[in-house]
Amino acid sequence: MSKTTRVLPGFGLSLGVTLTWLSLIVLLPLSSVFLKASDLSLAEFWKVVSAPRVMASYKLSFGMSLAAAAINAVFGMILAWCLVRYRFFGKRLVDALIDLPFALPTAVAGIALTALYAKNGWVGQYLALFDIQVAFKPLGVLVALVFIGLPFVVRTVQPVLEDLDIEHEEAAASLGVGRWRTFRHVILPVLLPALLTGFTLAFARAVGEYGSVIFIAGNIPMVSEIVPLMIITKLEQYDYPGATAVAEVMLLISFALLFLINGLQAWTARRTGRDR
Amino acid sequence: MAAILQRGADPAARFETRAATREAPWVKWTLIAVALLFFALFLLMPLIAVFIEALRKGWEAYFAALTEPDALASVRLTLIAAGIAVPLNLVFGVAAAWAIAKFEFRGKHFLITLIDLPFSVSPVIAGLIYVLMFGAFGWFGPWLDAHGVKIVFAVPGIVLATVFVTFPFVARELIPLMQAQGREEEEAAIVLGASGWRVFWHVTLPNIRWGLLYGVILCNARAMGEFGAVSVVSGHIRGETNTMPLHVEILYNEYQFAAAFAVASLLALLALVTLGIKVWVERRVSRPSPRAQDGATS
Amino acid sequence: MSARQYWGRALAAALFVLGASMGARAQTSLLNVSYDVSRELYKDINPAFAARWKAESGEEVSVRQSHGGSSKQALAVAAGLEADVVTMNQAPDIDLLVERGALAADWRRRFPHGASPYTTISVFLVRKGNPKGIKDWDDLARAGVRVIVPNPKVSGNGRYTYLAAWGYALGKNAQEKDGGAAAAREFVRGLFANVPVLDGGGRGATTTFTQRDTGDALVTFENEAILIARELGGDRFDIVYPSVSIEASAPVAVVDKVAARRGTQRQARAYLDFLFAPEGQEIIARHSFRPRDEGVLARNASRFPAIRTFTVEQAFGGWDKVREHFADGGIYDQIVSAAKR
Repeated sequence: MSKTTRVLPGFGLSLGVTLTWLSLIVLLPLSSVFLKASDLSLAEFWKVVSAPRVMASYKLSFGMSLAAAAINAVFGMILAWCLVRYRFFGKRLVDALIDLPFALPTAVAGIALTALYAKNGWVGQYLALFDIQVAFKPLGVLVALVFIGLPFVVRTVQPVLEDLDIEHEEAAASLGVGRWRTFRHVILPVLLPALLTGFTLAFARAVGEYGSVIFIAGNIPMVSEIVPLMIITKLEQYDYPGATAVAEVMLLISFALLFLINGLQAWTARRTGRDR
Repeated sequence: MAAILQRGADPAARFETRAATREAPWVKWTLIAVALLFFALFLLMPLIAVFIEALRKGWEAYFAALTEPDALASVRLTLIAAGIAVPLNLVFGVAAAWAIAKFEFRGKHFLITLIDLPFSVSPVIAGLIYVLMFGAFGWFGPWLDAHGVKIVFAVPGIVLATVFVTFPFVARELIPLMQAQGREEEEAAIVLGASGWRVFWHVTLPNIRWGLLYGVILCNARAMGEFGAVSVVSGHIRGETNTMPLHVEILYNEYQFAAAFAVASLLALLALVTLGIKVWVERRVSRPSPRAQDGATS
Repeated sequence: MSARQYWGRALAAALFVLGASMGARAQTSLLNVSYDVSRELYKDINPAFAARWKAESGEEVSVRQSHGGSSKQALAVAAGLEADVVTMNQAPDIDLLVERGALAADWRRRFPHGASPYTTISVFLVRKGNPKGIKDWDDLARAGVRVIVPNPKVSGNGRYTYLAAWGYALGKNAQEKDGGAAAAREFVRGLFANVPVLDGGGRGATTTFTQRDTGDALVTFENEAILIARELGGDRFDIVYPSVSIEASAPVAVVDKVAARRGTQRQARAYLDFLFAPEGQEIIARHSFRPRDEGVLARNASRFPAIRTFTVEQAFGGWDKVREHFADGGIYDQIVSAAKR
């Protein structure tokens, strides 16, 4: 698209409002994190952010967030598929409730999930028969993160699936290609960018999540402490520079991963010729 | 376009009736079973658990918990915070979407990423940044202190934290919508001599109003339910700076489990109402010709 | 109604609500920023004080409450939460405010008993009938016993548990060359290796132990243990008093800077004095905290079994010495990192 002459008015006003509000609410406050952490020398900074407990918490937070996003990618995809392609009883209800994790306060979700998955809970008591413990174990973190991330995948895949041109599928069918192969080679490539977007959003949300995880995690050092808890712990020991240092590392890692995945998404979008 | 127009009773029928887009029944039902099981385990059961726990001590205790003065104060504060944060982000969202969708400029993608930023920032950090800015030892702390202005540990801090976490919702909802709609209609109106505001009110707004409402609904739900960020800036003064999610935590910590879940159920109800409105909005959107409705509703 | 009128009215209504919530605070009010488990106590203390103050001075006064983890609360006050008085469960949280210039360093001498109106001790709560036979601190470090303790890094309650266990082991190994320090470290390591969940505060730990059926013993304050047994079913739990425990004294102070600005010094001072007066001490005893007043203590002796106790000063030589335990990378961090690897 060439740089057209601007027929429409309001560019200066709207961009001005946008940038002012963005700076006031987001950029200026966020910069305080980086300034506060610069109270530390580089060596001190490194010591804080590479302490064994903090390292273990990065591993848990990022590992579990990736796992949760992956689980959501698979099951969210199946859910979206069923919602778009099939008729079944209770579909409207399912469709409406998908957004529940957006709207339900995270602390409430955490308490409810803990009550369900503790070894005396509705689900937990049956899992206990198989010697599987969810609440107060790293697995509990995973459950909470799957909960909060689910709508992202479903809601990004669903519209694309709805808009999907069925002519390609019909062509594949007329050539005698099976449904599974059609899915893999015709449908999946088109869905992939949306799926990756959903995955990315679910992941980004999961990494920062605090309210719901804290109730179900167990919070054992080296085992089930998430990064936001490390930040809170440092804060409560009056260690502002330490807290902001960890916060900074967390911000940087999530941005790096987001850029990576966004790049991947742009690449797949180009490859499949669907630049969205 | 065809897909939108065909939305009648259940658009899925279109797939199920064609051999080319139909799976074997066992595949279909296996997928549905997997999807529903997953749905029940992760979404439905937590929701049911909230209501069962809330009603454990009966309806009377339930209503007593909701009408207790501190609970009412928390409801009021939550409404105030959302009532300020949502309109602010609404104005911002429309402005941002107008700039991004209707014009070409350098650094646009970077700007979109920045707007997304609050989404990926941990709520804990979101609260922390305002303490760093406005706390007694923050940048503006001493000045605010000298002038007797309270921001953190008071209502303004709670509003700010709420604005931060709900920042992207309206903008993110509108940008793709307005991009998809293009700018031909507006340009035509301008060429015909309409003023910018008139174009916005009479051409753009009717086109985006349902998307706008959708964004506002999500923004509002998140504003009322935010816990982490608000917790950091609240100060937890009973009946004064506790929002509903914080009040839930307090009750829970006082071993008043039924009361905690009662307030939580109010939030869950809100979530359900929100989702109900959303379904309604979606149905309005999918009507064949929304333009024909204009005269009836405005 | 046109849209504009509608929004105008909605705005007016919102402003009215906002104004009403502000106007409700016209009378003198104090803000008491306190720790997590003193909620029930101050719910009773506050109206009693208001009545007494009204009788003495004819003034209406209301006390507002804020509760949370002790350190978190102190931090909020340091960052600007306008507390007239702070009532914490460990002295370092008030010393932090001294460091930040919110009150004078001599706060311990402003009220009797080191400015601490009551004490409590760390005890064990076990499941009914004590199936694991937990009698003393040694039993908590035994293999196969699971102990619930709040996180010592962020919770005063958990911190006292850690110090109690450490002090117990010190006393037991006092004849060793290093005064028992190595043995204490090993003992505490063993105990924390038995902890499956570290909640953020005392209340969270209680919920985990009582509602989620996790753990064989909960180590918590005596007043908490009694409250749990009463609120959550005495038929499900037993309280076990160890042979020796730590005496946790809850310090209180007027936040001079805030009280001076708000002009509430008199009321704040009277409020804290009330905690030391017999009437306040009775309420304190009723909530199962051990009162300082000899007479009140004697009247409630049956509720407070006499056991040997030690203070932080006696076992560790003061809170300054305790810092090396909980600092980042300090002894506690080393112990738990080693325990779980």
